[in-house]
Amino acid sequence: MINFDNVTKVYPNQNRPSLQHCNVAVEKGEFVFLVGPSGSGKSTFLRLILKEERPSQGHVYVAGKDLNKLTNWKVPHLRRRIGCVFQDFRLLPNKNVFENVAFALEVIGKPRRFIAKVVPEVIDLVGLEGKQHRMPDELSGGEQQRVAIARAFVNRPMILLADEPTGNIDPATSIGIMKVLDRINRTGTTVVMATHDAAIVDAFRKRVVELEDGRVVRDQSRGVYGQAY
Amino acid sequence: MRLHFVFQEIWIGLRRNLTMTISLIITVAIAMALFGTGMLLKRQVDSSKNYWYDKVNVSIYLCSKSSSNSACSNKEATEQQRTELTETLEALPEVSEVEYENKHDAYERFKTLFANTPGMLAATKEGDIPDSLRVRLKDPSKFTTVISAAEGARGVDQIVNERELLEKLFKIMDGLQWAALFLALIQVFAAILLVGNTVRLSAFNRRRETGIMRLVGASNMYIQLPFILEGAIAGLAGGFIAAILLVGSKLLLIDTLQNSLQFATQLTWTQVAGVIIFSIAVGVLLCAGASFLTLRRYLKI
Repeated sequence: MINFDNVTKVYPNQNRPSLQHCNVAVEKGEFVFLVGPSGSGKSTFLRLILKEERPSQGHVYVAGKDLNKLTNWKVPHLRRRIGCVFQDFRLLPNKNVFENVAFALEVIGKPRRFIAKVVPEVIDLVGLEGKQHRMPDELSGGEQQRVAIARAFVNRPMILLADEPTGNIDPATSIGIMKVLDRINRTGTTVVMATHDAAIVDAFRKRVVELEDGRVVRDQSRGVYGQAY
Repeated sequence: MRLHFVFQEIWIGLRRNLTMTISLIITVAIAMALFGTGMLLKRQVDSSKNYWYDKVNVSIYLCSKSSSNSACSNKEATEQQRTELTETLEALPEVSEVEYENKHDAYERFKTLFANTPGMLAATKEGDIPDSLRVRLKDPSKFTTVISAAEGARGVDQIVNERELLEKLFKIMDGLQWAALFLALIQVFAAILLVGNTVRLSAFNRRRETGIMRLVGASNMYIQLPFILEGAIAGLAGGFIAAILLVGSKLLLIDTLQNSLQFATQLTWTQVAGVIIFSIAVGVLLCAGASFLTLRRYLKI
């Protein structure tokens, strides 16, 4: 589903590469934790999958397609098949829960009737039933992240990328968020989650890819966060 | 494509940038009004030029008793002198027609020409305008041979090339036209900068929305269209105001000029409508184009 083939990424005006000779393959339906300290290249890894950045060397394949060969006008179609969740939720403050989730479908031109049918289903899936008309500032951090997950998942992407989704949330609430991600993973969606949260990684026992200074230093199925922590 | 969604976004964008939008509309309106006025003047001058250049002659005024020219020695030109001169001129290959106009005919023509200016009529009486030979040329620009042929001939008082007189007038009109177009150009420049700033503000105001749109895979057109249409709508509004100003400039400027300068041809409203439509189109394209170019800088795709 996702394949990094000897990928190196150097940002302009930086001597140190953010990723060096990375080789990682993620299969369809896998759940992968991407761990490592800040600046180890986790976010770069995710941005490369979205083609927000292009590799300095090597190839990134998503669903069998080489992103280097993907023309710019086809990038939106790639992104429609990838959902994204961030530490800071990125909800629109002037839209309620339903509108925030519906926005993702509106802007790719889905018909209104389809939106009216699909959005409530996804809101229920992330455990926000009955809160469709709340505004983001009326929700807790955990609930806001659920809205963000609903928005990322509403178009049924094949891949869900999560960049520290529990970074702004207390540990007890984080478990709930992880359960939602796990539920989404069980529908066959590949999930790649970058995190610092050792407790969660240890509790879930999924595949762990550890990055350090842009290199893959560990790739372990059913792994833990690491001895150092 | 969900039009409703796009228009909602445009409305939000325009409302958030209300003051910028208003200044943009005003600038575009003035730019397009000046531009249109320049074009109207040009049309008027062009059509008048064609009309008049067909009609203008080299007028050769013959000696009369009151001529100040010493060659006339205060004698009226004889009929023989007139016939000789006419024959010489008619023999020239550049000349298509030589017409004799006596004092009475000249005064009648003067009266119809200045019917609207009673002061001029009162100051002139029959006999003030001397007999003349009106020489029509095959090519109005080849007047030098005629002038040199008539110059120094007996009985000739004064040679007036009407084309030269008209050219002075047209030069003034040309000047007006270029002044209007030059001012329009400055305004257009200001309008482009304003569009740039408006779009930049708009892009900044809506950076969250566009960020999410990018992330969920909205097509570039979907992301950019509201911004471009925002510019186009401001351009259209400016264009409509310019249309009103142009109707005013036709009524107040062009028609006044026409009455006082005796233009034989009148700009039709169809021509004015053409200019208006063209100005609106230019305004819209200008704003939409400037938005598009600014977007490439401020909106990452």
